[in-house]
Amino acid sequence: MNKSASKTLFEKVWSSHLVKDETPDTPAIVYVDLHLMHEVTTPQAFSLLREKGLKVRRPDLTLGTMDHSIPTTPVKSFKDLAIVGQGAANQVKTMEDNCAEFGLELLGFDSELRGIVHVIGPELGATQPGKIIVCGDSHTSTHGAFGALAFGIGTTEVGHVLATQCLLQRKPKTFAIEVNGTLQTGVTAKDIILAIIGEIGVDGGTGHVIEYCGNAIQQMSMEARMTICNMSIEAGARAGMIGPDDTTMSWLKGRPRSPKGKAWDQAVEHWTSLASDRSAEYDRSVTIDGSAIEPMVTFGTNPGMVMPVAEEIPASGDSGFKKALNYMQLTPGKPLTESPVDVVFIGSCTNSRISDLEQAAKILEGRKVAEDVRMLVVPGSQQIKMQAEEKGLDKIFLESGAEWRESGCSMCLAMNGDTVPSGQLSVSTSNRNFEGRQGIGARTILASPLTAAASAIEGSVADPRPYLET
Amino acid sequence: MQPIKEIRSRTVVLPLADVDTDQIIPARFLTTTSREGLGKQLFHDWRFGNDGEKKQDFVLNKPAANGCKILVAGHNFGCGSSREHAPWALLDYGLQAVISTEIADIFRSNSLKNGFLPIVVNKKCHDWLLNNPGAEVSINVEESTLILPSGDCVKYPIDDFARYCLVEGIDQLGFLQQHEKEIQMFENSRQ
Ligand code: SF4
Repeated sequence: MNKSASKTLFEKVWSSHLVKDETPDTPAIVYVDLHLMHEVTTPQAFSLLREKGLKVRRPDLTLGTMDHSIPTTPVKSFKDLAIVGQGAANQVKTMEDNCAEFGLELLGFDSELRGIVHVIGPELGATQPGKIIVCGDSHTSTHGAFGALAFGIGTTEVGHVLATQCLLQRKPKTFAIEVNGTLQTGVTAKDIILAIIGEIGVDGGTGHVIEYCGNAIQQMSMEARMTICNMSIEAGARAGMIGPDDTTMSWLKGRPRSPKGKAWDQAVEHWTSLASDRSAEYDRSVTIDGSAIEPMVTFGTNPGMVMPVAEEIPASGDSGFKKALNYMQLTPGKPLTESPVDVVFIGSCTNSRISDLEQAAKILEGRKVAEDVRMLVVPGSQQIKMQAEEKGLDKIFLESGAEWRESGCSMCLAMNGDTVPSGQLSVSTSNRNFEGRQGIGARTILASPLTAAASAIEGSVADPRPYLET
Repeated sequence: MQPIKEIRSRTVVLPLADVDTDQIIPARFLTTTSREGLGKQLFHDWRFGNDGEKKQDFVLNKPAANGCKILVAGHNFGCGSSREHAPWALLDYGLQAVISTEIADIFRSNSLKNGFLPIVVNKKCHDWLLNNPGAEVSINVEESTLILPSGDCVKYPIDDFARYCLVEGIDQLGFLQQHEKEIQMFENSRQ
């Protein structure tokens, strides 16, 4: 193949969705294949449609759920779920009303298919390679693990997609991040992505779509790949993508919304052709030695402030560093593993899938969560909850002293009743350690499910590796 | 949207880098279904203590910040969550533009769609602005320039289409709708 004709995965997906290409004066008009919605970022968009007397152009390409403002308190029946706060209750009701009025599918409150929007898209097989997928939510990047171009949009743009199924976009640049090598025991996709963000910075991906490649990525499960792509936004990137391969196909095969029969064979052929051409060029690239990465945690107030869990907190940094450590009540130069933990949260669209729960359970089995530690395990979807219960994971969690909850965003963003009290230290498998993200004054340390589980047992930030020795 | 041709104001300076949208408006205020009135919650946990009292040392609470329409912020402003509530809150509070050395992608896109101006300048200009809080500057939206008190004129990058929409007060949805025929053709071609 001649070099100039070589294309990246991103370029193939982008160019096949151009209703109109960009010019110096006008952005491109790109067509959206799947529009996911949740209750927080859509109400104002529906109001706009109503004001202008517009319909939803493609209800068949639009799918809603509820995840952010719903409670995750364990209940026998969804009817017993009590929404926390009038605002949240109103928002949930508004979502139901809007979907009913505009004729849109809603995997709502009482649906067994409900879950965190970025967990259920793939689970249903609605997320597929080569699609453009958008949602009023920055972690839409998760779906890029399947070789889709998936990115977060604002509420005004949610309105644009509802009305026209299209978006106005400038073509982003491309950024290859190649991760090679065999991962050490105790090192997961979460540690890899935290290390990457630490390396390129929280603005390292601004203006770019990242493609993760290299043999360490190729060897990862789909769930691990979703964890990686999920946090692309934490490096400022527009999206993260991974080329579709056999792992992708076998994960999607037989899912409720995956193509069937002959259509499946055709889809596989098409999807396989989407992987980046060998000589394709990127605007930027970095290579990372995956075998050198250790279990990682954050110590500051953004996801770029990371360190290996077993090491000491850096001794110095810029003015932001001082402010962050002050907020975190941590001392420069000290080991982090001495810090007492109050809350452990396993959940969020980053780490709430079945393999994440299995990893945590592996460490917790036959052990107890330290006294004084509150541990929440929140599955990413009701389907995952059922799977976990079939495998008996719920029992392991409950016996260890953790709480086993209904699905939802929960403590990832503290707008649903699940919060970390002010001043408390939380080890969380979510994606943002911003000030107050888990509750006013809450101090968050981001970690893998393994590190979170080990920390729950020890009652202080802990290295998971000793628990994995056979 | 109202056309915006010029913004003239003293600056208020928040020198922190990587200010995320959770700081601009915390998630617990996102249970609203309206875009109005969010200014009250702008930078809530930096502006107010747990007792609800204003924190006197926070820049926006200082008397000098009264009436300022232009925020000068540290590198990578608006990172994190895609919540459009962030520019809604800034605008509702009375701010109309932010100047930084970098502005996060989704925040920038959301801002432009609401008539809040995200302006990126070079480090030298930024340093000057950081060191001179309260400087009277003006932004000429038509020319894409920032005019400093010295009279120096600094060109800033902005997508031509976004600038055109701001200056003319054009709603981008209308532009998309004008392409109904092309959208239809695209859909037909894929069946
Ligand atoms: S789990 Fe957290 S990051 Fe993911 S969609 Fe929910 S709130 Fe957003």
